Amino acid sequence: MAELLGFPPQVLFGQLLIGLINGSFYALLSLGLAIIFGLLNIINFAHGAQYMLGAFVAWLGLKFLGVNYWVSLILAPVVVAAIGIAIEKTMLRRLYKEDHLYGLLLTFGLALIIEGSFIHFFGVSGQPFSAPELLQGGNNLGFMFLPTYRAWIIVASLIICFGTWYMIERTKLGAYLRAGTENPQLLQAFGINVPLLITLTYGYGVALAAFAGVLAAPIYSVSPVMGSNLLIVVFAVVVIGGMGSIFGAIVTGLLMGLIEGLTKVFYPEASTTVIFLVMIIVLLIRPAGLFGKEA
Amino acid sequence: MKMLKKLMCSAIVSAMAASTAAHADISDNEVRIGYLADMSGTYSALAGPGGLEAAKMAIEDFGGKVNGKKITIVSADDQNKPDIGANKVRQWIDVNNVDMVAGMVSSAVTIAVNKVVEAKDKVSLVSGSASSSITNQFCTPNSVHYVYDTYALAHGTGEAVVKEGGDSWFFLTADYAFGHAMEADVTEVVKESGGKIVGGVRHPLATNDFSSFILQAQASGAKIVGLANAGADTTNSLKTAKEFGVVQAGQKIAGLLIFLNDVHSLGLETTQGLQLTTGYYWDRTAETRAWSKRYFDRTGKMPTMVQAGIYSSVTHYLDAIKAKNSDKASDVMAQMRETPINDFFAQNGRIREDGRMVHDMYLAEVKKPSESTGEWDLYKILRTIPADKAFRPLSESKCKLVAGR
Repeated sequence: MAELLGFPPQVLFGQLLIGLINGSFYALLSLGLAIIFGLLNIINFAHGAQYMLGAFVAWLGLKFLGVNYWVSLILAPVVVAAIGIAIEKTMLRRLYKEDHLYGLLLTFGLALIIEGSFIHFFGVSGQPFSAPELLQGGNNLGFMFLPTYRAWIIVASLIICFGTWYMIERTKLGAYLRAGTENPQLLQAFGINVPLLITLTYGYGVALAAFAGVLAAPIYSVSPVMGSNLLIVVFAVVVIGGMGSIFGAIVTGLLMGLIEGLTKVFYPEASTTVIFLVMIIVLLIRPAGLFGKEA
Repeated sequence: MKMLKKLMCSAIVSAMAASTAAHADISDNEVRIGYLADMSGTYSALAGPGGLEAAKMAIEDFGGKVNGKKITIVSADDQNKPDIGANKVRQWIDVNNVDMVAGMVSSAVTIAVNKVVEAKDKVSLVSGSASSSITNQFCTPNSVHYVYDTYALAHGTGEAVVKEGGDSWFFLTADYAFGHAMEADVTEVVKESGGKIVGGVRHPLATNDFSSFILQAQASGAKIVGLANAGADTTNSLKTAKEFGVVQAGQKIAGLLIFLNDVHSLGLETTQGLQLTTGYYWDRTAETRAWSKRYFDRTGKMPTMVQAGIYSSVTHYLDAIKAKNSDKASDVMAQMRETPINDFFAQNGRIREDGRMVHDMYLAEVKKPSESTGEWDLYKILRTIPADKAFRPLSESKCKLVAGR
């Protein structure tokens, strides 16, 4: 087994692992989008901006208040979720009964405002953010050098992803949530505060984006445009997985990471387009997406 | 009826403007500059709003007027897209009577814009772009390439690296005009100096994650990983290379186009020891320090070579208009070519017939954190690359304007 598809196997294994790491990132981000869409019927175009806010809260916290990475990992999602909740309570709430398009336009507009003002204050150059001591360095796996931080990303994302999936699909709280989207009046009749439930769900989806932002801060530049670069890809992932399917978002995220990783070896020029190619093919064959239910 | 009246009035006014333009030497009694750059994307920190500020400084230092005629400036974001840039410039020239276009970053945009500028017989002063093809196969009589180019970077950095034993290279190349030109120029230098190219990847512009490419570079076994990319792509490549322990594993990185803002943003911890070629460094002479200090007071940042070059080129342009009392492209270009450039940016700089402004370039090394005394104390200048060595000699030129081609 000297070569596999024209490449030494260790190169291929390395690329697959890298693909999985990037995929777990996509999974984390598309999960938040899928929850917000699946349970609230809102196409959250501000997701990229909220991801960026997460990274910036961590960076600002470290720079001005000396808040360390581990605290930021909890604190930044809470702060950004609070902002998200304020948006939901004052603006989004009024749009639930309207067409999807209104929510999309509102969140898109908010994203532009947030990004624009961050560009104004911080410029587009990335801000430096170091990984915590504990996660610096790496191990030689024989076929590749694996930085500890990348390994941490995969562990953290998978725990959060499958934890969230379990919570929504297997617990009582999750059952309330799902019931709330099916028939809010009936659930309200049982004495559950449905508007609060919805607000918290949006907050949770936003918190996931911010969490991904903090995870990303040490490896990508903390910059106002970091979210908009990623958002379109993540949307494609959600569409491929089936709009609103939580399990679909996670699995598709990982899958797309792998496909993108392989493209980077065989035809790197197409690495930013391959996901959209997959999206077109999937939509042609299964219009509801890989894991979506046909309407 | 009212509409018709308005139309008539504007027709008369524009006819008058056109007739005065034919007589007066400075067209429509105003010198209009269009500043085109990536204002918000990957390349906006190296030129962008800072470059606009530098151009405004040049105009203010001129008193806002040249020979009693007002100087105005408009700006636009080309988003690194050639069609957007070319259309904007066409509109500027046709509708707004813009006389000169400054800034210009992405090489693909510049090549497209230069075609428009040549067809409309205006002037373009290219400060941000890198591709040496701008004054080679794509040269025009209406354009000046002012600050640096891929030939200069390849020879400056490439030669220095090969001399120190870096004789096998792997490229990370941005997949468009600039990256291709950079890779070609460095390949030539490496092969001439006896080295070889063992491989490379071409990645799309504004790639988010470089880990896969860095892994391929590590697997290649090359001694040198050459970064034929720029802006955020370069900073991301460097960050990822550090994370994956490229240098610890024995490979070296050659950043072929590194700007001051890149080093500032990455920090010295990540970039120390990196060798690079630059056309300007703020802390080189008393003059550079004085100008850069003024720029810093306005923007809160030290200028990149591009931003300094924008100030210098706009000033040189206005000087030429002043001398000729004309903003006609052929007059201004002739005057700019005849006059040597001596300011804080260049000493005895000269614009050749192919549009290349030749001046000294500098081989610099990024300081160690222990050597740096302040936030912007980032480079030490290793040596000066004299003007006649820094740029492609005319004898090798493919430009149609060079005698004997």
